[in-house]
Amino acid sequence: MIKKFIYLEWKAFSRSASFGASMAMKVLIGFFMVYFSIIFIGAGVGAFYFLKKMNLEPLVTINKFLIYYFLFDLVIRLLMQAIPVLNIKPLLILPFKKPTIVHFSLGKTALSFFNWVHGLFFIPFSIVLILEGYDVVGIVFWLIAVFSLIYINNFLNIILSNIDKLFVVFVGIALAFAAAQYYKLFDITVFTTPFFQGFYDIEGLFLIPVLGLVGLYLFTFKYFKSNLFLDAGLSKKEDIATTENLSWLNQFGTLGTFLKNDIKLIKRNKRSKTTIIMSFFFLFYGLIFFGNSHQPVVMHIFAGIFVSGGFLFVFGQFVPSWDSSYYQLMMTQNIPYRGYITAKWWLIVIATFVSTIIASFYLFYGWEIYLTIVVGAIYNIGVNSHLVLLGGAFTKTPIDLSSAGGAFGDKKAFNVNTMLLSLPKILLPLALYGLGLYLGDKTLGLILVAGAGVLGFIFKDKVFSLIEKRYKIEKYSTISAYKQKN
Amino acid sequence: MIQVNQLSKKYNGTTVLNINNLEIPKGQSFGLVGNNGAGKTTFFSLLLDLIQPSTGNIINNDIQVNTNENWKSFTGSFLDESFLIGYLTPEEYFYFIGDLRHQNKADIDALLAQHEEFFNGEILNNKKYLRDLSKGNQKKVGIIATLIGNPEVVILDEPFANLDPTTVSRLKKIIKDLADNPNVTVLVSSHDLQHTVEVCDRIVALNKGEIVKDIQTSRETLQELELFFAV
Repeated sequence: MIKKFIYLEWKAFSRSASFGASMAMKVLIGFFMVYFSIIFIGAGVGAFYFLKKMNLEPLVTINKFLIYYFLFDLVIRLLMQAIPVLNIKPLLILPFKKPTIVHFSLGKTALSFFNWVHGLFFIPFSIVLILEGYDVVGIVFWLIAVFSLIYINNFLNIILSNIDKLFVVFVGIALAFAAAQYYKLFDITVFTTPFFQGFYDIEGLFLIPVLGLVGLYLFTFKYFKSNLFLDAGLSKKEDIATTENLSWLNQFGTLGTFLKNDIKLIKRNKRSKTTIIMSFFFLFYGLIFFGNSHQPVVMHIFAGIFVSGGFLFVFGQFVPSWDSSYYQLMMTQNIPYRGYITAKWWLIVIATFVSTIIASFYLFYGWEIYLTIVVGAIYNIGVNSHLVLLGGAFTKTPIDLSSAGGAFGDKKAFNVNTMLLSLPKILLPLALYGLGLYLGDKTLGLILVAGAGVLGFIFKDKVFSLIEKRYKIEKYSTISAYKQKN
Repeated sequence: MIQVNQLSKKYNGTTVLNINNLEIPKGQSFGLVGNNGAGKTTFFSLLLDLIQPSTGNIINNDIQVNTNENWKSFTGSFLDESFLIGYLTPEEYFYFIGDLRHQNKADIDALLAQHEEFFNGEILNNKKYLRDLSKGNQKKVGIIATLIGNPEVVILDEPFANLDPTTVSRLKKIIKDLADNPNVTVLVSSHDLQHTVEVCDRIVALNKGEIVKDIQTSRETLQELELFFAV
């Protein structure tokens, strides 16, 4: 019976929209998967020697940060890992036993990317530890414990995912612990490090998370099995609708009509809400680069682009797929393409502007840093906003607005054309800034990048005509791609 | 009003639609019947420029639909739920379409009031988004939305499917009223021969993409069609 399920899963995977498109794309996806795997594995191998060089005991140091690692993992999961409930419906009336269905659905989550990606780091790290003379049995127990905790997170996510906004609580907890530790008020790791270290040192302690995992699995299983009804666990949550007029936008004519619709789109769908949260996180991206003397100066502009460009990268990237579920309607209405694209452009511009204002806390690092961010914003508005809209003409992956899964780096939205278009978004300003640094100083670099942005802004009308033409050419293939639902 | 010339649509060498010549005069109510796969939706999709013809073209009010987009301003259509915006309430959806068709709020309110009976109290002020409405109620919204802005051409694909008997008879009345207006050309497709015969002046039957019958509706039409579709 399980064989039948696996058969269905394989079909669902291999026949998903835009996956079976072309051989070249598959090769490219394969290449990127291998590339990122190697980076992770490299980090796993390198972590030991890196920490050793910094005169830290590697295993203890890793254990010290594990508590944050798991909290963060849980937050990411709550935000992004979708639970596979909806596919169950057609199976209910077929001769499958209910426990089989539940076991399979839960088992399927175990194979999720969000679980095995950790293995790419922890397994090589453990192997290095063993090669470096750590106790083999201890390390194996430690690894088992760590994986049990990862899977505990997996099932916690399944149980908790029905409660919206819960991730805020976990973010709050993580931030509170981090702040308390930073200001030396209270150090949670003092209590947790010995516990994690104990998995290695104390024989049998690893059984605690393992038993915890087993208990949690049984609980989840029972919970799901008793909720396996259309009006219980499988029901869709219906929101209470409120009609909003947003009539102050009427003064902008057709543009206002679209903006109104976009605001509602963002507010009322899980997927787009997640996107907004993601773009908020981009604001803090600069913290990695600024005030960190290990990073080359040229990378500053990289951060500058990302800090204000969060919305642009995570929302703009998927225009017009946000409207995919009713794209046919749009194509039969009396809609000028230009108005439609302009509305999205304004949305991106407003978001970039707001991000830049919020990012003013970077003034703490000095006005030069903030200037980098402002220049990044100018480039985002002048050049990148056009590039994401142009890239949109090639993004033919329908977006299921209700699901939060895959909001970031959706593998199905992976597309050679969008990849190519995303390169200049980052590499071009990097090259311009680098050139400025090479020929003169930081100021020249910033002037070059900002100049490119201003140029893009000046030629906006020309570029828009080009984008419009592209959208028209791609119209039919976009419609037929959007008809394919997941 | 609508002129079809040498139109054909092929997918991988299989012809799914092949209409040499078809003319639908202004003001006619035109019914398209046929079995599954006869090409009804394909024809409407071509008419709305949602797919490209393999050969030939369609001219809607002197405008060739696949080269010029101006037909959009006088054509209202509803093919399926993908014409609805799930996260809007019905009211917001109507106002949105109204905005695009340059109608103000009062125009829309008047239109909605006119069709209050058709909505049967299940659509307006119900605190539900379109995605949470039942299929039948979604259809009601889609059908009324095609009427926004007094279009000269109204295209409805399977409008009777999924509707309850009371709503079907109300819908027939709406379509008949449209048909009585000499400025409005109505195109309706259906599997249901009886409904189509009741509301249309002219019926065209498609089979495997070819026109097999083209009749002006009379008392004998239903019998003739039933005989034709009987195995």
